[in-house]
Amino acid sequence: MQNKVFIGCGAGFSGDRFDASIPIVKEFKDINEPRYLMFEVLAERTLAIAQQYRLKNPEEGYSPFLDSYITPIIDDCLENNIKIISNIGAANPLGAAKRILKIAKEQKIRKPKIGVVVGDDLLHYMSNDEILESPTMEGLDFSNNQITAANVYLGAKPIANALEKGADIVIVGRTVDSALALGPLIYEYKWKNEDLDLLGSGTICGHLLECGAQVTGAYFADPGFKDVPNLAKVGFPIAEFHEDGSFVITKPKDTGGLVSKATITEQLLYETHDPSNYLVPDVTADMSQLILENCGENRILVKGGKGKKAPQRLKATICCDNGYMGEAEISYAGPNALARAKLAGEVISERIQILGLQGQLRVEIIGAGSVHFSMDETSSYELPDDGDYRVRTSAIYPKRYQAQQMVDEVMSLYCCGPAAGGGGRGYVTPQSSTASILVSREVVSPNVQIKIL
Amino acid sequence: MITLNLPVHSIAHARAGDKGDVSNISLIAYLDSGWPIIEELATKEKVFEIFKHMGATKVDRYELPNLKALNFVIHSALGGGVNSSLRLDRHGKTLSSHLLHELIIPINRELLPANSPYLNKFKD
Repeated sequence: MQNKVFIGCGAGFSGDRFDASIPIVKEFKDINEPRYLMFEVLAERTLAIAQQYRLKNPEEGYSPFLDSYITPIIDDCLENNIKIISNIGAANPLGAAKRILKIAKEQKIRKPKIGVVVGDDLLHYMSNDEILESPTMEGLDFSNNQITAANVYLGAKPIANALEKGADIVIVGRTVDSALALGPLIYEYKWKNEDLDLLGSGTICGHLLECGAQVTGAYFADPGFKDVPNLAKVGFPIAEFHEDGSFVITKPKDTGGLVSKATITEQLLYETHDPSNYLVPDVTADMSQLILENCGENRILVKGGKGKKAPQRLKATICCDNGYMGEAEISYAGPNALARAKLAGEVISERIQILGLQGQLRVEIIGAGSVHFSMDETSSYELPDDGDYRVRTSAIYPKRYQAQQMVDEVMSLYCCGPAAGGGGRGYVTPQSSTASILVSREVVSPNVQIKIL
Repeated sequence: MITLNLPVHSIAHARAGDKGDVSNISLIAYLDSGWPIIEELATKEKVFEIFKHMGATKVDRYELPNLKALNFVIHSALGGGVNSSLRLDRHGKTLSSHLLHELIIPINRELLPANSPYLNKFKD
């Protein structure tokens, strides 16, 4: 009999379903082996927004959805010794931990022991210049812009260390998503740095879990081709990990969705580049030799995960303000709608020139393959002259008023454009761009600490 | 046996992911019989042609025969990436559908999964 570890994932992005973890916790109550519930809620740019909140109020800067995810399950988790691991800390992991302690107090339940991982925020120990001089992986020229966030992706070991110190809940900021699963596995199985195949398998397991229901039939359905039962009640994933590195992906009883070789394969390659070299701070995971086996209804056994030496340097994401984006739309329908929509697009382009707004203007026609072609490109879809088309324009400018000017031009088509335009809408939103840099472990390691609250 | 030129959607499924300005799109055969077909015909050159108009500069292709899957990594295809793109679909989430629609391959009915809606194309 192998020692199993159970890991469920209750959220796969910031704003994912707030009640998704409840069936996982219910299922976990009947299990005696170690159980973990992870919430992955921190996208690349979520952190830049969170930093802005923290600058305005030092108490804030953790995920604005913290209460929505934690409140429904904290009592049951503490009661049943189900540990919670999450990057819900965003720009302020300590603030998140304090808020959780407050929730526990409000609910009159026992005070949880919370382990907080700090040290991902490079702005605390690197200067702007040091950050800008680091080798760049991808991204833009930041030299003229103010850096608003710079966070290095930490690995799984700090999470394992926090568990070692007896934490019921571990809160991190920027950490690779898959580490939310790998951390508990390192702690439970006492894996060493040289257990590369096991670290690789744990990383692959975390990668499959980190987007929540994307591995259990969500983001998959294509009616008639790939049918998924009861998508509205899709169950979020549970991994049953085995000591030998193999694991089963499944979902709670009485939930919708589907776990099949096809759902696993789609998620495995999601946001993966070279499948033999999936880089995280703890290992270079190799998923190229994986084997999937059916082992029951909605149960897939994953085995054959491998690992190689961890990469030498760590990846960090830096963010800076990048002006304002204007977006506006207006609809044309019925006879000759396509021609009227195109004329509207041309009028807007000419008006932007007359106004002297510098920068690229994108014009798309929704209904004419807008997500794959701009208006100037030849769509590969058959487009009837009559139909329901919606012109969308977008542009990014340094100043808010310039973006508003572009939006106003689209709204002016109500009276100044082609016949029968309607349903105009426009938005201006501040933009934050990101780039990725590489930093050396020697700079980061001394700053990574576990704080117990 | 009749052979028709059909979108690769008839024998494979796909999902797109984004990292910066790089899109990756998996292409996964439904059946074992579909794997050698996509392995041979879904070349990186063809995929590059399909995404060239979006600014793609280079395509890498990875093969996972155990999983009947290919993984395409398409560089500079996302109009700058999720934080700077002007496109409605800033992540390029819908690009998987574009690949499934644009890559055309010769198919006979025996290659289609049971109950495939594409079987209708072979009637009469």
